Amino acid sequence: MQLDEFFVTGEPLIYIGMAAIVLVSGTILFVLTYFKKWKWLWAEWLTTVDHKKIGVMYILLSLAMMFRAGVDAMMMRLQLAFPDMNFLNSQHYSEVFTTHGTIMILFVAMPFLIGLMNYVVPLQIGARDFAFPFVNALSFWSTFFGAMLFNISFVIGGAPDAGWTNYAPLAGSELSPGPGINYYLLGLQLSGIGTLATGINLMVTILRMRAPGMSLFKMPIFTWSTLITSFIIIFAFPILTVALALMTIDRIFGSHIFTLTGEGLPMMWANLFWMWGHPEVYIVILPAFGIFSEIISAFAQKQLFGYKTMVWAIILIAGLSFVVWVHHFFTMGAGAFVNSIFSITTMAIAIPTGVKIFNWLATIYKSKIIFGTPMMWSLAFIPSFTIGGVTGVMLGMAAADYQFHNSYFLVSHFHYVLIPGTIFACFAGLIYWFPKMFGFQLNRKLNIWAFWLFLIGFHVTFFPQYFLGLDGMARRLFTIGPEWFTLNFISTAGAFVMGAGFAVFVYCIVYSYFKSTRDLPGDVWGVGRTLEWATPTPVPKYNFATLPDVKSHDALIDMKEDGETTFDEDKLESIHMPNYTGQPFIMTAIMFFASFFLVFEWITLASIGLIGIIVMMYVRSFDYDGGYHIGVDEISKIENSLRGHDNE
Amino acid sequence: MSENVHNNVPLEYSTDEGQNSIIGFWIFLAAEISLFATLFATYAVLFSRTADAMEPAELFQPGIVLVMTVLLLTSSFTCGLAIHFMRQGSLKGTQILLGITLLLGMTFIGFEIYEFIHYVSEGVTLQSSAYWSAFYILAGTHGIHVMVGIGWMIGIIIQLFQHGLTAFTARKVFIVGLYWHFLDVIWIFIFTGVYLIGMVV
Repeated sequence: MQLDEFFVTGEPLIYIGMAAIVLVSGTILFVLTYFKKWKWLWAEWLTTVDHKKIGVMYILLSLAMMFRAGVDAMMMRLQLAFPDMNFLNSQHYSEVFTTHGTIMILFVAMPFLIGLMNYVVPLQIGARDFAFPFVNALSFWSTFFGAMLFNISFVIGGAPDAGWTNYAPLAGSELSPGPGINYYLLGLQLSGIGTLATGINLMVTILRMRAPGMSLFKMPIFTWSTLITSFIIIFAFPILTVALALMTIDRIFGSHIFTLTGEGLPMMWANLFWMWGHPEVYIVILPAFGIFSEIISAFAQKQLFGYKTMVWAIILIAGLSFVVWVHHFFTMGAGAFVNSIFSITTMAIAIPTGVKIFNWLATIYKSKIIFGTPMMWSLAFIPSFTIGGVTGVMLGMAAADYQFHNSYFLVSHFHYVLIPGTIFACFAGLIYWFPKMFGFQLNRKLNIWAFWLFLIGFHVTFFPQYFLGLDGMARRLFTIGPEWFTLNFISTAGAFVMGAGFAVFVYCIVYSYFKSTRDLPGDVWGVGRTLEWATPTPVPKYNFATLPDVKSHDALIDMKEDGETTFDEDKLESIHMPNYTGQPFIMTAIMFFASFFLVFEWITLASIGLIGIIVMMYVRSFDYDGGYHIGVDEISKIENSLRGHDNE
Repeated sequence: MSENVHNNVPLEYSTDEGQNSIIGFWIFLAAEISLFATLFATYAVLFSRTADAMEPAELFQPGIVLVMTVLLLTSSFTCGLAIHFMRQGSLKGTQILLGITLLLGMTFIGFEIYEFIHYVSEGVTLQSSAYWSAFYILAGTHGIHVMVGIGWMIGIIIQLFQHGLTAFTARKVFIVGLYWHFLDVIWIFIFTGVYLIGMVV
């Protein structure tokens, strides 16, 4: 293989990308070396099994990926700003919309939410850590290396270009030869392992490690949504695993599952993909609902309205999410009867979702709202998301879908649910729990700027796209005709406002790091209702010195009434902690290289990688490291120093 | 928070860590059911799509598959006996029964490899047609699982020699036992759904 076949050549934009990668990695290496931080990086972060640090790393990964996929979005909007633009050619445009979609769903939405779950859920239920801290680290690193594998594709070998849905037969080896699609298949496979493991881990953690007295219906609503989400992950992700594996075997070993030859069935891919893909939509929206529920109830200073109906609505949505997948391809021609069934199940989802919307409104009703920045994102979510939801019901009507299918109406719809739903929740959740994570508040003024820029930019970008879709503009077009110019130009302008909002948000984090005061109380916002706010800020590594008896789903409110804290000197016992280990990092790094070799179909090297993985599994199995204990004296010392300002 | 010790339960359930691991593994098996269900669905959809290749009825023989079934079912029984001996606190009994399970599992895999080589020599391969791709992938995924189980069990028998029966090793034996029984259940579906139906249709 020649070097110019290995690296992507001839595209000025990709050369810029390469230069940026070299520059950023060079800067990171230099800073780490110059400040002698290598040992710190390894000992504190790369080997950690602490759910709090892993959560932070998930969120950092997600923000970096949001930048990358956001740049993809900007490039697409530039190309569509004027008729017959020549900024991206059709091949490059296909690659950009593919990576934009895939990264936004799998490496932005999921890691962000899983990062928040990582940080918050053990704190909300009064657990010391996840049930399996080692597996948690393994999950993060496989997500990280999966994301890296997917991201290097555009400079080494060429990016995937068959859309984030990767439909066969286009994605098969005959029509898409080369490493591009392999990157998609193996990058997702690698990160999928991590997601499945996290799902199992979260479920065991929530089912088994709750504080005394916290029955299922006394769990905070975010924990509930996480539990149901982990249920969806456990049953949906294996379907993706199989679909990806089948296509990988098709492409690399010549089987005929999805091919046009050998009586393969390309439509089987669409079925398998969406049998995972639709539950996936709810994997990224249910935790978001949980976050909004927490924030709305906290800043409205009221108990969440209809807590039990909220829980049942989540369960119902999760169940329905497995029986609607055909609505993604009504036009494939399954017949009127099948389409009708899936049309009805699709519209049925609007019922539990509507219940949730009204519960949020009822929580706000006659309450004294504190306009904290997380609350602003949450309040903006309700109407924006409802527009997305209602257009979703329009798309769910099979007959009408023949008109909307694959048009910008659809593009606008799913951005209207995923951005106000998932992305707003990520911002709201991050701002809400940020002081707990890092010990300082984000600057309010900059946050408000980021909020308004992002919100206005969002509506300006996507509202016109509904009308473009109704006007016949198809999805994935790489140039536009003059008749669609005005609305597209407005949309592009909005995209840049959104981009500015994201930039202000990132700047806000940097600014606050230098300017904000430290030394915050445990209940940072003063409106906390759940156990995570009962811990001191920053949270000690063992989380809870002692646990209260939980009496309701607003555990902290009860504790405040009874004058309880999570530091009861009479009840102190030594706490068992796991040791940090580099095994997860090393194991997944080997997986990364093995997958990379498989992308280029270098079977011998990939087999060597497989042997390495097996060796690492044996190393883990024979590792009898039992961890260590933190003594009562040390806990007392830590708690007293952290709670000093509470006692003054 | 601290390590609670539970009395009056089998050794593998005696610590919180052990209980969590066993429940976690049950949930993992739920994910495995989803995985195999997807493979079975794919196989069912692609059934009879043999293109120019041979039909399964021309190739499948009841004899060898029946032997494989008996081998794997017996290994599941011996694996259950291993847990029985472990509950009685007999380290040696546990090790011997796990060893027999291993031998039966290896023989099963030997037969399966022979079977696949035989089919390939008759001219049907992974590349022959959609049906045969689905067949090899479904049966092969089960076979790879059995091989993983064998490698896993070898590691655990060595650990039993190193550490004896503790709450930690007992949990490991119990979990590999769950895995082994699960593979047995999957095989029953492959035996009936793939081989028996394939012979008559």
